[in-house]
Amino acid sequence: MTDVDIRPSEARPSAGRAFRAILWRDVFVTGKEFWVFLAQVALQPLFMLFVFAKVLNAGGYVTDDYAHLLLPGIVALTAFLTALQTVSFPLIMEFSFTREIEDRLLAPLPTYLVAIEKLTLAIVRALASAVVMFPIGALVLGSAPWHADGLTLLVVSLILGSWVGAGIGLALGTMVPPSKISVIFAVILTPLMFTGATQYPWKSLDSMRWFQVVTAFNPLTYLSEVVRAAVVPDVPHIAPWICLLVLTLSGALFTAIGIRGFMRRALS
Amino acid sequence: MSAAVEVRDLVKRYPKRDVNAVDGLSFTVEPGEIFGLLGPNGAGKSTTIGVLTTRVRATSGDATVAGIDVVRDPVAARRLFAVVPQQSNLDRSLTPRQNLAFHAAYHGYPRAERNARAATLLDEFGLAEQADVKVDWYSGGMAQRLMIARAMMHEPRVLFLDEPTTGLDPQSRIFMWERVRDLRSRGVTVVLTTHDMDEAAEMSDRVGIVDHGKLLALDTPAGLTRGVAGQGVLDLSVTPAAGDDTDKLIAALTDVAGVSRGEPVGNNGSIRLYVTAEPETLIGPAVTVLTSRSATVTDVHMGSTTLEDVFIDLTGRALR
Ligand SMILES: Nc1ncnc2c1ncn2[C@@H]1O[C@H](COP(=O)(O)OP(=O)(O)O)[C@@H](O)[C@H]1O
Ligand SMILES: [Mg+2]
Repeated sequence: MTDVDIRPSEARPSAGRAFRAILWRDVFVTGKEFWVFLAQVALQPLFMLFVFAKVLNAGGYVTDDYAHLLLPGIVALTAFLTALQTVSFPLIMEFSFTREIEDRLLAPLPTYLVAIEKLTLAIVRALASAVVMFPIGALVLGSAPWHADGLTLLVVSLILGSWVGAGIGLALGTMVPPSKISVIFAVILTPLMFTGATQYPWKSLDSMRWFQVVTAFNPLTYLSEVVRAAVVPDVPHIAPWICLLVLTLSGALFTAIGIRGFMRRALS
Repeated sequence: MSAAVEVRDLVKRYPKRDVNAVDGLSFTVEPGEIFGLLGPNGAGKSTTIGVLTTRVRATSGDATVAGIDVVRDPVAARRLFAVVPQQSNLDRSLTPRQNLAFHAAYHGYPRAERNARAATLLDEFGLAEQADVKVDWYSGGMAQRLMIARAMMHEPRVLFLDEPTTGLDPQSRIFMWERVRDLRSRGVTVVLTTHDMDEAAEMSDRVGIVDHGKLLALDTPAGLTRGVAGQGVLDLSVTPAAGDDTDKLIAALTDVAGVSRGEPVGNNGSIRLYVTAEPETLIGPAVTVLTSRSATVTDVHMGSTTLEDVFIDLTGRALR
């Protein structure tokens, strides 16, 4: 037949290779749509930053300090939402209309690893978006807070926080039918965004006890708090070890729920 | 060499369903064979393929592909089979060429080899000219060809094709049939499903007829048409004499040597005889019986049984 058929194949299938190839597929597709990706992740937080820190400041409604408090919160929000959306929206489509994921489900690796790959990609993209947000934020604000000693804490907390966002995305992506995508936005994303202590430090809610309790149930709160602890340690915050613990536990919880949902969708 | 596919007492009941989609199915596919699963919609064909390709969890029973238990070792099995599903599942974020290359990457092919294989297969499936466009631009036939090319990228030993020609135009259908025979000549075992009788007869070395998740018959197309309904049919339009009726005529006709059974068709006196001899040798004896009873024969029509007769005979006429 053809020469490729005669030559013995050099294929060496393994779960590790399949995992890397699937991850590479997603990175490759992200790269092809890089500008779309950038707009997706950066636009909304950018406007939030601009209006709350710049416009309101110009009108005298907020102080200069507020801008430095808001930027870390916005970075936390961006990473969290990027991770969540990177997993949930494509998954909803790939499992239903397009069935695109099937070729990857048939790759020679355990099915749960395909879900783990989604989480890995989400963390990579979330970290990329966080890295992009700092300089853009600095440009918008004219300056950015910086605290070199907090760098390790910042990186660790962003990884953990992205993982939690990705886990929630995996759970949603495998539970929500495509007809309900807009419902996710309305009833899940919006409350998550505004009860996550991104626009205000949690300790500042002492006088609004009920809301403080509500926000304590949002994992994003702990990400915002620990990112502020790393970048602007002077602002009163929840102890970082508590934040990291809560993030780890909720990451594990949502990953477990998400992988169960994923297996249910992948195997009928 | 062991069987290419072996299914034993396979049962699948989907959650919240009160009947089994696959209900105690058993069959064996030999290496190098083209095996057809023929059945009406909802018969359980796709579910069976789903179990064999590790996408559907079996409720009970065993299934092996290329000697590997698909339930116990799905990952190893996935290296040895490929599947082209009923609906397109191409990766629309990638070009056709990238669809092939990434598929090979998932299966551990190094870059140079996957690019070479992709180029060869695109050429073979007549897609080389449109290898770098958007997958969305592909027609149904092209998407189908691309999916088969993709399936061949990792050199499977067993290829599953779920309704490969449903919805294709005649040209694409013929092209598909040629390609499938091609694959067999390379030693690939092919399991295909279809609800098209002609296709099953044309393509398959052996055909299993399934309905309601059960295997009703399994043989070569020729064996099926011979075994179930005799070798041919003889249709007679007859007006019985006064005092006689169609049922009595059928009883008399069934006594003729070579007639295996008869049945009335419609209610205008037409009779269909299933015969085990060549139909034309029985026209004389049949007409002799009828004229001896003073019945008037107005039309005689003979034909060989087709897989369609067998299919209808086994699965009934009810609409699905
Ligand atoms: N995911 C599913 N959940 C529940 N029932 C299903 C599912 N897939 C198929 N079925 C049911 O199982 C039966 C067999 O379906 P299927 O295997 O698709 O048949 P075929 O491919 O022969 O048309 C049908 O009654 C169908 O409704
Ligand atoms: Mg089907």
